[in-house]
Amino acid sequence: MISYIIRRSLLAIPMLLLVSLIAFFILTLPPGDYMTSYQNQLTSQAGLTTAEAEEMANEMRQKYGLDKPFLVQYYNWIKNIVTKGDFGYSFFYSKSVSAVIWSRMGYTLLIAGLCHFISVFAGVFIGIFSATHKYSFADYTFTVLAFLGVSIPAFFLALFMMYIFSFELGMGVGGLFSDEFIMAPWSLAKVWDLIKHLWLPVVIVGFAGTARNMRVMRSNLLDVLGLQYIQTAKAKGLKNKTVIYKHAVKNAIKPIVMSMGSALPFLITGEMITSIVLDLPTTGPAFYNALVNQDMYLAGSFLMMIAVILVIGNLLADIALAWVDPRVRYN
Amino acid sequence: MKKEETKERKKYLSNKEKIWRRYKKHKLGMIGGTIVVLLLILSIFAPFFSPYDYRKPDYEGAYMPPQPLNFVDEDGELSIVPFTYGVEQGMDPETWARTFEINPDQKYRLQFFTEGWEYELFGIFESNIHLFGVEEGGTFHLFGTDKLGRDILSRIIFGSRISIFIAFFGSLLSAVVGSLIGGISGYFSGKIDLFIQRVIEMFQLFPQLPLMMALSAAIPTTWPPILIFIGIVVVLSLIQWTFLAREVRAIVLSYREQEFVKAAQALGANHLYTILKHVIPNCFSHIIVVMTLTIPQLILAESTLSYLGLGIQPPMVSWGVLLQEASNLQTIGQHPWIMIPGAFIFFTVLSINFFGDGVRDALDPKSN
Repeated sequence: MISYIIRRSLLAIPMLLLVSLIAFFILTLPPGDYMTSYQNQLTSQAGLTTAEAEEMANEMRQKYGLDKPFLVQYYNWIKNIVTKGDFGYSFFYSKSVSAVIWSRMGYTLLIAGLCHFISVFAGVFIGIFSATHKYSFADYTFTVLAFLGVSIPAFFLALFMMYIFSFELGMGVGGLFSDEFIMAPWSLAKVWDLIKHLWLPVVIVGFAGTARNMRVMRSNLLDVLGLQYIQTAKAKGLKNKTVIYKHAVKNAIKPIVMSMGSALPFLITGEMITSIVLDLPTTGPAFYNALVNQDMYLAGSFLMMIAVILVIGNLLADIALAWVDPRVRYN
Repeated sequence: MKKEETKERKKYLSNKEKIWRRYKKHKLGMIGGTIVVLLLILSIFAPFFSPYDYRKPDYEGAYMPPQPLNFVDEDGELSIVPFTYGVEQGMDPETWARTFEINPDQKYRLQFFTEGWEYELFGIFESNIHLFGVEEGGTFHLFGTDKLGRDILSRIIFGSRISIFIAFFGSLLSAVVGSLIGGISGYFSGKIDLFIQRVIEMFQLFPQLPLMMALSAAIPTTWPPILIFIGIVVVLSLIQWTFLAREVRAIVLSYREQEFVKAAQALGANHLYTILKHVIPNCFSHIIVVMTLTIPQLILAESTLSYLGLGIQPPMVSWGVLLQEASNLQTIGQHPWIMIPGAFIFFTVLSINFFGDGVRDALDPKSN
């Protein structure tokens, strides 16, 4: 098992290098760079002449190595990550990339984690309920809700909820804190304020995930319940509950356990759109701003980070699967 | 004796009839399919159904709220032909906000096949006949107007063209690429398979949504509309093809040792011919199912990209572009009707999902 884990981790390294190269390449595709917009800013707002602005922009390019060919830029970036843990400089936020990402990571993980927790537990339990009460009124209601969950674009759900809560119900939403708490030190009142703001994005992001898990769980459990070993278990005289929870659910839950590995990056990206709409201080809006402003080190590091989380997540999922399913363990 | 035999025969259904029978049983699929057909007609004949020119601004009538059709007038008299009231603009003396007030004396009756703005259909037919409109002098903005006074209903109808077709072409392209690469991978197996599988794994290592955003940010906004359209189609399919490729590979792997493949090879068919003519047609039902279920996802993806300003660029309209105007909380608070395109995305995606479910049950009864 341990050698398996080590081998898998070593295999991931060249893969991640290639991924980072491609990510870096995609980010350099758009014409111009951050300094082009910086230059425009200088001429329009600081009142410099075109020549002066160009000179300044070129100076900045030299300082950050943006004038070098693509491969040299990439090599320098990776070298600094590996040797110094330095992900580069974010021009848009005027901070180092790691400072931008780490300052936002906490809230991202908080929202993503809560959504993950809700979508797995609610999804699985509603799925089990729907499958065991097939074609009942509740089953139909949940099925329709699940269809709604996968058919509404996240950004529109966020917009619509924001509209309903702020204009129809008169509640302040958007952001993670009320104005008076943003700069305040942590206190009980601040935590309560956070909770008051947090539930909306959690519900919006969690809705789609719950719907997906519920559909998977329902159809899997229905498949499993039709198998012969379930009949045998029933014939042995086991209680219905035991049959379902001890025999059927264990097999039906496998795809959900397997998908858990990709769930974290999925949630970080799922949280992204909602955060952009609701203007939350998470990594999603930072990546979006970086893309729009061609702040390539920030955007590249974000893509890399998610790829790394995905690799680790897949590894953990494989281990979890081996733990749930002895057949995988013994092979 | 012979007659009885022919009677027996009649009971056998062809494969197509069986598929149709199974599809008809799926009620939600039937409803979804009907809505999909209606939407297609609506988008193909968009100018005919649009009462107004979707590009023409009317600065006087900006942000006009939706105008309902009335059957009963102020005096309580019933009118068989529905009508709209004349609308007069005013200004709130205290807040200086523009107001729209109904003038009950002016009534404009609804008419069908009216003459309106001129258009060309498919670049061939010129016409100015529209499905509906109101009597001259009146306005009929069923869903209101946007910030430049353009009719939202007409913009939604034209937006459906891009929203639906971009998703359709995206899923078609990813189906072609995915099934071809998946077919090759499964058919040859061995080293080629190993290599292709690594490439696919690498693609899947990228987070989907950020990658899609990064790729479409790389499409220069200065490109002509048709190139941007193609660019977005390529981006969408680049993300999606790996899933189908994996599934097709798995199916083809199970076919490659079977007699019909061996027979084709023995008859001297080359590899490409065998894959295209014998192997992939056997996966068709599966490919079609995946394709229909991919379309709604791509509609969602395109609308998200366009909403963020990374996808389709104005003056082209898609539902995502229309919702871009609704990105400001203040704006939607004052003019909530600009969110209506979102409802269209939702219903379209929902009905294609139902349709896809029906198609899956009809083509691939074992899978469910």
